Amino acid sequence: MEKALKKYGPIFTLPTFIAFCIGFIWPFLQGLYLSFCQFTTVDNAKWNGLKNYIYVLQDEAFLDSFGFTVAFAVVSILSINVIAFTLALLLTRGLKGTNFFRTVFFMPNLIGGIVLGYIWQILINCVLSLVEAPLLALNTAAGYWGLIILMCWQQIGYMMIIYIAGLQNISEDVLEAARVDGANSWQTLIKVKLPMVMSSITVCVFLTLTNSFKLFDQNLALTGGDPNHTTDMLALNIYQTFYSRAGMQWKGYGQAKAVIFCILVVTISLIQLNATRKREVQS
Amino acid sequence: MKKFVKVGNVLLTVVLTVLSVAWIYPVFMILINTFKQENAISTDTVFDLPTAEIFAGLQNYITAIESQGFLKSLGYSLVITITSVAAILLLCSMCAWYITRVNTFFAKALYFMFAFSMVVPFQMVMFTLSQTADRLKFNTPWNIWVIYLGFGAGLAVFMFTGFMKSIPVEIEEAAMIDGCNPIQTYFQIVMPMLKPTMISVGILEAMWVWNDYLLPTLVLDIKEYRTIPMLIQYFRGGYGRVEMGPMMACIMLTVIPIIVVYLCGQKYIIKGVAAGAVKG
Amino acid sequence: MKKKLLSLLLVAAMGLTMFVGCDGAANADTEASVYYLNFKPEQKEEWEALAASYEQQTGVKVKVVTAASGEYETTLMSEMGKSDAPTLFQVNGPVGLANWKDYCYDLAGSEIYKQLTSDAFALKEGNAVHGIAYVVESYGIIVNKTLLAKAGYSVDQIDSFEDLKKVAEDITARSAELGFSAFSSAGMDGSSDWRFKTHLANLPIYFEYQKDGIGTTDAIKGTYLDNYRQIWDLYINNSTCAGKDLAAKTGDDSRNEFLAGKAVFFQNGSWEYGNLVGEGKFTDNDLTMIPIYVGVGEEAKQGLCTGTENYWCVNKNASEVDIKATLDFINWCVTSEEGTKAMADDMGFVIPFKKAVESPNLFVKVDAQLTAVGKTPVSWNFPTMPSEEWKNGVGSALTAYAADPTDANWNAVVTAFVEGWAKEANLTK
Repeated sequence: MEKALKKYGPIFTLPTFIAFCIGFIWPFLQGLYLSFCQFTTVDNAKWNGLKNYIYVLQDEAFLDSFGFTVAFAVVSILSINVIAFTLALLLTRGLKGTNFFRTVFFMPNLIGGIVLGYIWQILINCVLSLVEAPLLALNTAAGYWGLIILMCWQQIGYMMIIYIAGLQNISEDVLEAARVDGANSWQTLIKVKLPMVMSSITVCVFLTLTNSFKLFDQNLALTGGDPNHTTDMLALNIYQTFYSRAGMQWKGYGQAKAVIFCILVVTISLIQLNATRKREVQS
Repeated sequence: MKKFVKVGNVLLTVVLTVLSVAWIYPVFMILINTFKQENAISTDTVFDLPTAEIFAGLQNYITAIESQGFLKSLGYSLVITITSVAAILLLCSMCAWYITRVNTFFAKALYFMFAFSMVVPFQMVMFTLSQTADRLKFNTPWNIWVIYLGFGAGLAVFMFTGFMKSIPVEIEEAAMIDGCNPIQTYFQIVMPMLKPTMISVGILEAMWVWNDYLLPTLVLDIKEYRTIPMLIQYFRGGYGRVEMGPMMACIMLTVIPIIVVYLCGQKYIIKGVAAGAVKG
Repeated sequence: MKKKLLSLLLVAAMGLTMFVGCDGAANADTEASVYYLNFKPEQKEEWEALAASYEQQTGVKVKVVTAASGEYETTLMSEMGKSDAPTLFQVNGPVGLANWKDYCYDLAGSEIYKQLTSDAFALKEGNAVHGIAYVVESYGIIVNKTLLAKAGYSVDQIDSFEDLKKVAEDITARSAELGFSAFSSAGMDGSSDWRFKTHLANLPIYFEYQKDGIGTTDAIKGTYLDNYRQIWDLYINNSTCAGKDLAAKTGDDSRNEFLAGKAVFFQNGSWEYGNLVGEGKFTDNDLTMIPIYVGVGEEAKQGLCTGTENYWCVNKNASEVDIKATLDFINWCVTSEEGTKAMADDMGFVIPFKKAVESPNLFVKVDAQLTAVGKTPVSWNFPTMPSEEWKNGVGSALTAYAADPTDANWNAVVTAFVEGWAKEANLTK
């Protein structure tokens, strides 16, 4: 069979492969190359060595946005996963209306980031003006917490669904055995349920982690980096370097930032996957 | 003891109900405000209900639809989403089958690259991709699916291969021995088995393409085409003026169809997401 | 076999559609076309109508794209990188020009340059003309005359800062009884703060430039910052809300207060005309505009702040036919009967060209009247402000001062103004 399939290889792989080259491989390689160049379009690149990287690593705005992203990621990953897991526990107890709640909690996930950002901007600004605090455009703290609340609102439902699936996969026998052994519900949770849903946790942490690091739309629509770029996240900072600054040097800086950003995201994802996968095996 | 549990459950239901109301509230609040007249919408009165005096009827919706070409954008968004998702489902599942069943260096390398592309942030290829798409003229709603296929292939192939590894190869081999060529085998045997995964992948990719903002902003020919996520920001006027009424109406027009589709197909959507995540 | 053929066809068809786009574009290149990336969202529809009409008459394709508010620079940047780049775009003045100089076609020999009423409206560098202003706008303090009369005053009684202060403070003292305040809120949200960190800040800069006889500088001295403080104090102390709430007010809030008759004065410009006058809003008889008096110089002779931050530039990297088509189009806009009429009546612009027709915009008429009786317009100097960073720095200091008007907080404004200027001017070098 393999032989026959090989003969038909081009039909099966070529369309996707060509699109993949156009949409990913070529832009990726070109981006890698251009990060060492000075350019304004892809046609006028001039080799520039490591100058872009040297500048970027000293660029305070970039480092600040890195700090902001990390601060955001840590808090949002924790809060999303804890709340989502709690909800999942509550919704697997066979309560009445479980389906309704699940439907409601999942809903925001389908709404796009830009729209979500505007919805919450209106809401948060109203709350801020009622308590007579500066609006989002002038309020870094509100921007930070606003982003976290927004992301919780959007992502909890999604993660909850994954946790529910994980919890439902635990066989009754195991839980029954735990009950017979005299474990209380807290012990069951820690000793039985948590290890059994480790693969769901891996997936959820992975998803929330990459989502938080790559966050762009919500950031752009909710705060746009205001006030004064203090709520810029990495993706937005890179976008602005590319498209809000005129001058020969900026595109190169932007591309160098993008490469660093890319390496960062890939490394963190790998470390995280390895770490949690290991635990999965052990348990 | 039983009674105690019952009381607990009632309490829990109440808490969850309150939470659900809070969950829906932001969307509900926007809905309320779309019925207010433009002048009556100010930052600190967003929570107030509209009164008879400031009731605007459907005026904001009419403005939202007429002033920025909402229907056209809706059409473009639909075209882009449908063509992209269709292409991804068909072509990526074919590619994934090849990768799982053929054991060559090419297949393995391809699989690795697809997996890698899933984690790479869009900003990495943002500029070069928009330039490539511009040079090759993949900048209309009719052919931007190529870009989406290319950039979205990673997740799709990854999920398809994940599922295919779990289905026994014997059925396919039997079909081949019966005289089916690989293409027949694929369409008659493999594809029907893939249906649940297709739904998962389809939902995930459709959510991504429909809501995507940055890629179409940079890639599409903005002289002619705007998708729905791009449209909303055009309600911000010059000199800091925002047409709040029409803008919120536009938000509702974007959100309502999503909610309707969701409520109709929620069983599949929730299952699809759960299944997709577990496999990934 | 059939299936195989089918899928081969499918693949072939997909391959075809992928490249259909290329052919289309190749044809378009031989025909002259204009692509105008418009900066002003308020005039989006009017520009599109004018372009359509031009296209009908001449057969030259004119495409107008209006960038979303606040996205002009990013849109321009992304579009300039494309193969089908804008042929006509805008810069806001010398500082904006610095970014785009490499893209500007020299308009020195063009017909539209000869049509300008004054060389002051051209962005020049040596003999090269990089940009041409196409609209002149005015700003000042918009007055609700009806409310002012209710308070027992008329605009004739106000022609200095002292007068304005007297009136405003009297209204504040009696605001409970009158039911309205002097100034609408000076919101410091991003949708409104430019009125103060940019437009109001123009006045001390203008007077300093006048005194020193210069047009731009790398080191502002801040000679008239005390006057800046005076007028800012007046705004925040006689407003519809307390100073610390200003950070929570938007441009829409401020406008809606004025529309609802909650304030007599509203600092804004001629572009607000369409938002203030119309059905269910004000009529021309309710409103007028007075200069922003800050207590410097011969105030009886001070006019509105009149100038431009909208310059047309032609993309020199466009093909020759497109450049020519673009030049023809903009020339037609400012010379033909239809073009000048559309710019005056539909867009409400005053255009600095010889064949301009009078605009129905009330505030523009006020400007003309004031100039006619011998008042000197205050020119727009904020395009010489070193950067957006500078404006933001002044803006946040102003907000902090409004919340807590102490001398220390004012010193922070002065620092942001003077030292911030020097710092930013150095950076952009």
